[in-house]
Amino acid sequence: MTKEITLTVNNKTYTLPEKPGETLSTLLRQRLHLTGTKIGCDEAECGACTVLVDGKPMMSCIYPAARANGKSIVTIEGLAEHVHQIMKLHPLQEAFVEHGAVQCGFCIPGQIMTAFALLKRNPDPTQEEVHEALKDTLCRCGGYPMIEKAILAAAHTLRTGDPLPKPEVFESIHQQDVVGRTKTRPDGIDKVTGKAIFTDDLMFEGMLYAKAKRAMVPHAILKSLDISKAKALQGVKSILTADEIKGEKTHGLVIYDWPAIIGVGERVRYVGDTVAIIAAETQEIAEQAASLIKADYELLPVISNPVQAYQEGQPQLHENGNLLKHIKVRKGDMDTGFAEADVVLEHTFHTQTTDHAFIEPECSVAVPTTDGRMEIYVGSQIPYQDRSQVARVMGWDEDRVRIVGQMMGGGFGGKEDITGQIHAAMLADATQRPVKLLFDRHESLLVHPKRHATQIRVKIGAKKDGHIIAIETELFGDTGAYASLGEKVMTRATTHSAGPYDVDHVKADCYAMYTNNPPAGAFRGFGVTQSAFAIETTIDMLADKLSIDPITLRRMNALHVGSITNTGQELDESVGLTECIDRVEEEIRKTDQIPFKPVVDPQNPHLVRSWGFAAAYKNTGLGGGAPDISNAELELFDDGTFEVRSSSAEMGQGLVSVMQMIVSEEMEVSPDNVRVLVMDTDLTPNGGPTTASRQTYITGNASRYAAKTLRNAIAAFTAEKYDIKPDQILFKGGSVRANGHQMSYGEIAQEMKEMGQYPKAMYKYEAPKTQPLGTGGDMHFAYSYGVQAAQVEVNKKTGEVKVLKVISANDVGMAVNPLGLQGQVEGGVMMGLGHCLTEEFIVNEGQVVTDYLARYRIPGIKLTPEITAIIVEHPTAEGPYGAKGVGEICSIPTTPAITNAIYNAVGVRIDKTPVDQEVVLKTLREKV
Amino acid sequence: MNLWQEFRRPTSISEAIEDLIKAPGPAIPLAGGTDLLLDMKQGRHSLAHTLVDLTGISEMNVIEIRQGVLFIGAAVPVSRIIDNDLVNNNARALVEACSLIAGPQVRNTATLGGNVAHALPAADGTIALVALNAQAEVAYSEGTKRLPFLTLFQGPGKSAIDKSCELITGFYIERALRGQASCFKRIMRPQGVALPILNCSVWVYREGDRVKDTRIAVGPGGPTPFRATETESFLRNQAFSDAVLTQAIDKLLSQAKFRTSPRRASADYRQYIVRDLFRDTFMTTWERAGESAK
Repeated sequence: MTKEITLTVNNKTYTLPEKPGETLSTLLRQRLHLTGTKIGCDEAECGACTVLVDGKPMMSCIYPAARANGKSIVTIEGLAEHVHQIMKLHPLQEAFVEHGAVQCGFCIPGQIMTAFALLKRNPDPTQEEVHEALKDTLCRCGGYPMIEKAILAAAHTLRTGDPLPKPEVFESIHQQDVVGRTKTRPDGIDKVTGKAIFTDDLMFEGMLYAKAKRAMVPHAILKSLDISKAKALQGVKSILTADEIKGEKTHGLVIYDWPAIIGVGERVRYVGDTVAIIAAETQEIAEQAASLIKADYELLPVISNPVQAYQEGQPQLHENGNLLKHIKVRKGDMDTGFAEADVVLEHTFHTQTTDHAFIEPECSVAVPTTDGRMEIYVGSQIPYQDRSQVARVMGWDEDRVRIVGQMMGGGFGGKEDITGQIHAAMLADATQRPVKLLFDRHESLLVHPKRHATQIRVKIGAKKDGHIIAIETELFGDTGAYASLGEKVMTRATTHSAGPYDVDHVKADCYAMYTNNPPAGAFRGFGVTQSAFAIETTIDMLADKLSIDPITLRRMNALHVGSITNTGQELDESVGLTECIDRVEEEIRKTDQIPFKPVVDPQNPHLVRSWGFAAAYKNTGLGGGAPDISNAELELFDDGTFEVRSSSAEMGQGLVSVMQMIVSEEMEVSPDNVRVLVMDTDLTPNGGPTTASRQTYITGNASRYAAKTLRNAIAAFTAEKYDIKPDQILFKGGSVRANGHQMSYGEIAQEMKEMGQYPKAMYKYEAPKTQPLGTGGDMHFAYSYGVQAAQVEVNKKTGEVKVLKVISANDVGMAVNPLGLQGQVEGGVMMGLGHCLTEEFIVNEGQVVTDYLARYRIPGIKLTPEITAIIVEHPTAEGPYGAKGVGEICSIPTTPAITNAIYNAVGVRIDKTPVDQEVVLKTLREKV
Repeated sequence: MNLWQEFRRPTSISEAIEDLIKAPGPAIPLAGGTDLLLDMKQGRHSLAHTLVDLTGISEMNVIEIRQGVLFIGAAVPVSRIIDNDLVNNNARALVEACSLIAGPQVRNTATLGGNVAHALPAADGTIALVALNAQAEVAYSEGTKRLPFLTLFQGPGKSAIDKSCELITGFYIERALRGQASCFKRIMRPQGVALPILNCSVWVYREGDRVKDTRIAVGPGGPTPFRATETESFLRNQAFSDAVLTQAIDKLLSQAKFRTSPRRASADYRQYIVRDLFRDTFMTTWERAGESAK
């Protein structure tokens, strides 16, 4: 007899048959379709799955469903009240939307449920109590400051009945009617109510579950593969190997060097390589089948790091050897430069591999259609390149594949490459059934490309007065087993390796090397995170050597309008670096007149505080001669609403808000009447990759010009109708006025269609041309600038480092979407802090050590410093309203600001990230 | 590959023992499950046929004074231990340790019984219970027995409990008398594995300026929970002074065998930071004991 469990969920009682091995999260998600409860790690680390069990917050991923018998559960779907079909949000939900606490939204149900439990227990929590309660509920967008403020605002409203306190957000100095003003996200309400659908929330009739058999050896030749036992397992529907690939064997974003499946006799280059793929009736069967596949390998020596890869006599991993690319920057003459210098310093730095650790793991669902096409539901940063890569391996025309982009629980560069898309499509094609391929956290950590671990040597020469004459750098970047975007990333690392300074003589050489580590590719900062740590530490070493204030030294050498960059680009506008430096300095000096001196805590003399300072710049857009194009389409509907479409990706960063606000501004219509559709290769035109901080600029412009085009068409139509000149047409308050007549947008849409015109405009925006590296001229069409100062407290007894405050000033051209911008800036600091202090993706001889989230620590709310965001707006003429990118610059200077602060506090120079407290203590002990 | 086939929900200890013994396949008691289920999922523990859920057993869910001694049921979630007045008044070290275990959600599920049955030598709860000189109550088919706490530990992850037919049902801790106090502190490392690199718990019986008695536990100080017995004997009946404490630290360093845990901490680092950690923990306990004597 099957046992039953009876449980109450959101005040509704269910009696269900008990299933072996089922957790509460699975029961909620799969049996009750309450998919607002998310699975981020499935190992009780991230808190996304938090629900209330008898009033207490619990991680439902580790809670046996059978234990919930007789218990009352509340999930995110149970918070809002429904009165006569009208939904009334809980104050917490409202506060999360209003205060900008929602970004990608994947962790949000867990955050809100944890906060809900806190406020039930403690209606008036302090900031510290909020931090303690949310300690293990991770947000990778790093929205902690806004989450905290939202909770405190909701607590106030719940206690007092007052309306929700408004957030304090700066607005743009260049603000217009809509752009530059505070606006909540269009997807905010769905994300706080659990209605937002992410890929793993999708279910299809007859859907199969897939699993890839990973090599789990870092370097080998696959000698034989036996799938017979797995094939015989009941419930297995298809097992495919390299032999079944119908098209090309490899995929890649730039270089096609990544085999979709490794064939017998072929080379395995990292542990995450796939040797077979399985589709089965359940996830458990698919996993069991994977364990029954027997693969034999001839193991080969492992290349563990890029320096080793470069040496003579090493095994060669690819046809062209181990060198992916030697990247060179040349300006001036190094001999002259160093000869002129009074002081020359040289130091070598090491940065670690890091993982994006987006809370939503990768998921693809492939669905064959009756007309022989394949729909792939996936959260992807580059939908059109997913399409081309899938088609390539399937041996199909591209238009047989449709990528249907889903909401993304974070990307940060980690969802640009192919992960499960091709495998899901192959299995769906073979079985003619929908196939879901979901990575668990373990697989996500093993497989997708990381941040490049980099060794960077910096040699700097300067005059006694602080003027920097020459900078020479040499980088070795670990691009891992496959190219991914390695060449591009390391190019950015190299071109930015002399920092945001005006220097006459620059030479940089970078060797981007293949190794047997997991591949490295795009990751917020795109190589500049690494080189900024090296150069900004060197700048502080120079300041120390010359006894010059580190702020003065940076200001003296800062890039300015008229400077020539080290790639030969003359900066003719929009260089807000000096203002960033000034504004951060001003902010520090409000509290600390002598910021870089150590301050000993009188009560606890082992605690020493100080500030550190760092500056950076980062290109907006692809640059380097690559055509940088986005297409956007805008349509007006009969009900007077608009829809703006582009395949560009929304991954939490707020592009949908930017597009909505821009169309609203241009059409002079309420943003609520503008819908945004993104990431669908059938329905949205190509917006290009969502990378390089480019979308506000590129797709922002495409949306803006599409709106202008449609507006002109409407003006022309109305002008003809009323027989006046188009420039006499007035657009105002959602309607069009002409010569005393007034027409609503809905009426215009209908009338245009009746006249055989379609109220729709498409615009292909192409950014100003750029030049390839080495040819001089403009390598990029815009740069953003950022300066950060961090105040740290170092514990001299243990070496522990705590970041107390961070001030972050960013020149973003113009703040189109201030609320989203604030989230980006604060989140950028949190990600930078993680890179500096907590995160290290460890690979030992090609084997991943940090293969669970419990072993890879991303910052939680307790590590959040007080963050002051300062927005600097030096508009760039070609950008939409002057805007340039912000996604990356706000994360780049954090690491050196913290490490420089550590030096200023206790005299320990950090030249390897992440900071290791044991090394700090050891160095301190050696100094005594 | 389901983690379990059958999930038993006994409501009494005897029923639980029966469920364990009568299970048609490998059976294991399940308390909070926050470690065990993950170990099973990640391949560090064999899968079970039957999980015997202990959280519904009321006898194991109480915190009370039994015959003058504090009893904490093995299935009580650690968040309840933190909030409990009896524990706060009698075993402060345990409250402090429990407050640092994982995060709030996990603490609503995790239990001391599970923590101890896992037999890790440096688990926060375990180190506090060592300093508090707890006794464990173990149930088996013939009844129950009380075991000195340290006898439960046979090696890292190796418990003396035969989980196929025995259960830890709870812990007994002597009530704190005037002049007695305890404390728990630890040091973390933010990178890599989420485990403390060093923790320390101290119990002191203070009489004026004299250490009448003390118990000191440090983790990880060996394959099983480490009690600094030599330091304890040295301090026992000593008049307390800073110099004495410094000598006590030397004793501790000579007895404890700190080892290097790759990517967590080197032996050298532990050897160094334990001085201040022990000093801080002892001083806090000493001051508390002074307060409680008033």
